[in-house]
Parts: sequence; C-alpha cells; structure tokens
Amino acid sequence: MSSRTIAGAVIDVDAEGFMTQSTQWTPEIAIALSNELGIAPLTDAHWRVLTFARDDTAKHGQSPGPRRIVAGAGVTMKELYALFPKGPGKLVARLAGVPKPKSCL
Amino acid sequence: MKNLLIIGAGTAGTIVANRMSRDLRGWAVTVVDPGADHAYQAGLLHVPFDMLDEASITRPRTSTLGPHVRWVREAVRAIDTSGRTVETREGGKYDYDIIVIASGCRIRPDLTEGLTGEGWGTTAFDFYTQAGSSALKRALAAFEGGRLVVNVVEMPIKCPVAPLEFLFLADAYFTERKMRDRVELVYATPLDAAFTKPIAARTLGHLLDQKGISVETEFSTAEVDGGARVVRSFDDREVAYDLLVSIPTHSGADFIETSGLGNELAFVPADKNTLAVDGHENVFVLGDAGDFPTSKAGSVAHFQADALESNLVRATRGLGPLPTFDGHANCFVETGHGKALLIDFNYETEPLTGDYPVPGVGPFSLLEESRANHAGKMAFRWLYWNALLRGRPLPVPAHMSLAGKHLPTTPT
Repeated sequence: MSSRTIAGAVIDVDAEGFMTQSTQWTPEIAIALSNELGIAPLTDAHWRVLTFARDDTAKHGQSPGPRRIVAGAGVTMKELYALFPKGPGKLVARLAGVPKPKSCL
Repeated sequence: MKNLLIIGAGTAGTIVANRMSRDLRGWAVTVVDPGADHAYQAGLLHVPFDMLDEASITRPRTSTLGPHVRWVREAVRAIDTSGRTVETREGGKYDYDIIVIASGCRIRPDLTEGLTGEGWGTTAFDFYTQAGSSALKRALAAFEGGRLVVNVVEMPIKCPVAPLEFLFLADAYFTERKMRDRVELVYATPLDAAFTKPIAARTLGHLLDQKGISVETEFSTAEVDGGARVVRSFDDREVAYDLLVSIPTHSGADFIETSGLGNELAFVPADKNTLAVDGHENVFVLGDAGDFPTSKAGSVAHFQADALESNLVRATRGLGPLPTFDGHANCFVETGHGKALLIDFNYETEPLTGDYPVPGVGPFSLLEESRANHAGKMAFRWLYWNALLRGRPLPVPAHMSLAGKHLPTTPT
C-alpha cells in the first residue's frame, strides 16, 4: 500500500492503483483518474454508473458486477462496455474508489 | 407449539434443521424441499475425472434429517412475510413464527444467449449439476484433443475456485492419459485475473504457467455460438473451443423473486453478520441463497449454520440477533496429481500462508500444495455425511483464527 497525490488530494492506493479508503474519494479524483486511464471526458452516463457503484458498495459491502450495475444504473450492457471499455468491473471500481470485484483466491 | 420453517434441505438447511430440532423445546421444526435425495455438491468436481462415482455423492434425504425434523416434500411457491405463511406449488399452506431461507442457488444457462442451443450436451457442458457432471465425464473420456475452454459466465458462482480446480484436474487427467500435448487448456473469466487476491496471486501465480493454462481475463460472456464453437464477450472478443465447460450464471429460487425478497438474481439481501433478512425480524437466510460478500460454498453454509444457531434461539425468546458470523470459509482446493491447497479466510482477512489448524504442526498447509491437503479433501466426504450434516461439532472453530497464519510483513 502506498499513497499518491491526485487532484490536490492525498489518497491511499494498493499495488494496482485502487483506492483503499473510499472516504478519501472526490469527484475531482475520478476526473483526474479518467484522464490517466484514457476514458475522459466523463459523461452523465459515466457518473450514473460511478454514483451507483459507490452507493451500492457502501450498502452491500461488495462492488457491483456488470449485471448489477445495469439493473441499478439505467444503462444497457452494451452501453456499459462502451463507457468503460475492456472490463467495466475493474474500471468502474478504480474510478469510483471502491474495491475491484474479487474471487475467494 | 410454535413453528420454525426451513426452506431447503441442502447443506445449510439440513444442519440448521438437525441442530434446532435438538435445541428447541415447544417448537416444531419443519423443512420444505421437493428433492428425494441430498447431493454432496463438492463431489461434482470429481465426477468428470472419474475420481468419485455418482452414487457416492448422493444419499436419500430421509437419511440426512434427524428424527425430530418434519420433512414436507413440496416446492415453495411464495412466502407471505406479513401473513407469516408459506404456500407450495402443491397447494400446501404452512404457518411459521420464524423462517430460515436456505434454498441455495442453481445454474441458469438459459440466461446466456445460445448456451443451451446447438452443442449443449455434445460440445458444451456444465459440471454444477449431476446430469452435467456425468455427461462431461463421458465427453472427457471420448475427447481426442483440442481446445478445452472453462468459461465463468459471470459472478457470483458457487465455489469460485471450482473452475480453477477443474482446470488443474484436467491437466493431470490428460497428462495421465498421455495426451496432454494434444490439449490446450484455457480459462475465460470475467475477473481481472485467475487469482484476484494479492497473497494468493503471489503464492500461486506460477501454477498456471507450470500447468500450461492460458487465461483470458475480464471476459464477460455475452453469447455462445455452438455451431461455430465460439464464446463471445460483450466487448466483442471471441474465444474458440472444441470442448466448452461452462459455469453459467447462477440465480436464487423462483419463489424468492415471487415473494419480492431477492435482488436482480434472486439472492436475498441480509445482514452479513447476523444473517437476518433486511427489514424482517423473523426471517433469516444462509448459504448460497443469501447475497453476502463471501463465497457461495458448503464451508460458508456450515459456519453460517454455527453462527445462526444462537440467533435462532434468541429469536425464539423475542431477542434481536447478534453479529455472530465473521465471513469464515475454509476450503481445500485441488491442484491435481494427488495434491491440494487449503485456504482459510473471512470478510476481513484474505487467504494467507501458514499451518492449519495447529500452528507449526498442521497437518494441513495453507496456500501451499500438499498431499495431506488432498487427503483432507477426499476424507471430508465422510465427515460431511456423518458429522457435519447431522449438526455434530467438527474439530475446526466456527470463527476464523489467525493462529498459525503468516501475516504479511508489508501491507498489501
């Protein structure tokens, strides 16, 4: 675990760059990360997904997978993949400041 | 006489029924389950490789339920939580004071376009059902070589390590049949790696290379084209196969959706520590039926049953539940050639290396291949039938212990 400065804030991140303290997240951090990851600019649809992912993780203790995002954020599966290319689970988690979806190993 | 009703007599429901029928005085304990037999689901992994025969993994349900448990052999249609009644498809109506939902989950190949079309049962199989694992045994025996793809359609699935175990056993199986050089093994997973937790990834990552298994990550399955023998992802990637071993989408039971108790896949949201269903003081859920941030596995069902026991007793006295479940799971993971790993973890602690259950002694080693671990896995079937289902205490603690575990020196 290490920390880094982004969008004027210091955040704790794991070895893969995922935020480990969800409370440190701000929308400005998501914008800065979206620039780094090459998916900027963030549209309304991106924000609907990110907001749902944060709320759902806070409520359920685990990051939502694609099916759950589609059911909760009002986007289709195709749109979700267009918004967050090559693996929305991981990218959404990275930008929303929640843990990536995991298995038990 | 008050009524404790348990829906489902799988691992979780059977343990709870047997325990509560001994614990509670003045309560009738009833389980509702339409199936004649109880399946030891962990054995489904071994059937395709002819390591266990089908007969050894099922027993008549009557032999698994204690003498004071009433078994209603019907299928639940709906639960009315305000009227505290359960209706069955057969027309039965059963009142309850406390209800435990332990209806498990099932595979839903019908939710993936094309999966149950051309090739289903000839070039594409599951191993999460008895029919599927038996059919796959015949297909593996007849397989002459080519590309075998194990594809997890989406999470969550029962026993998230089972697909990896299948690949490790397949590597050993084809090696023993002296045809490993003619078989390509591919793992297509929606997650970002085969091993998703840092210490497991570091400790076990070499197994995939060593066994010649290639991995297609972040592959979310959109459709299967059985004619072309191709699996396609939502981002239009294709994985071709000669033999597809699919782990389809899982969902909870229909009655959960009918009763308005489930999430988008009919899993029941509940408190992860008390197992009380959100918004209901007399409704509990455990095992695969619940929407918990831990694995769907018999081991979890077992430790949840331990944890639920005291909360059910409290509920019969009108007391609220306590946070008794820590997310504990403890699983042997087959790696082939007579060896296995052992993992022990909970909500807070990822699988670590070390000895289990006695520090410095074992006999099992955590996150490390050993013959003792494989022997433990195979011997567990006896314990399952003769101790675990009957609700007898096993020589392992219900809560995860850090004793014998090597804690990471640098945070991960």
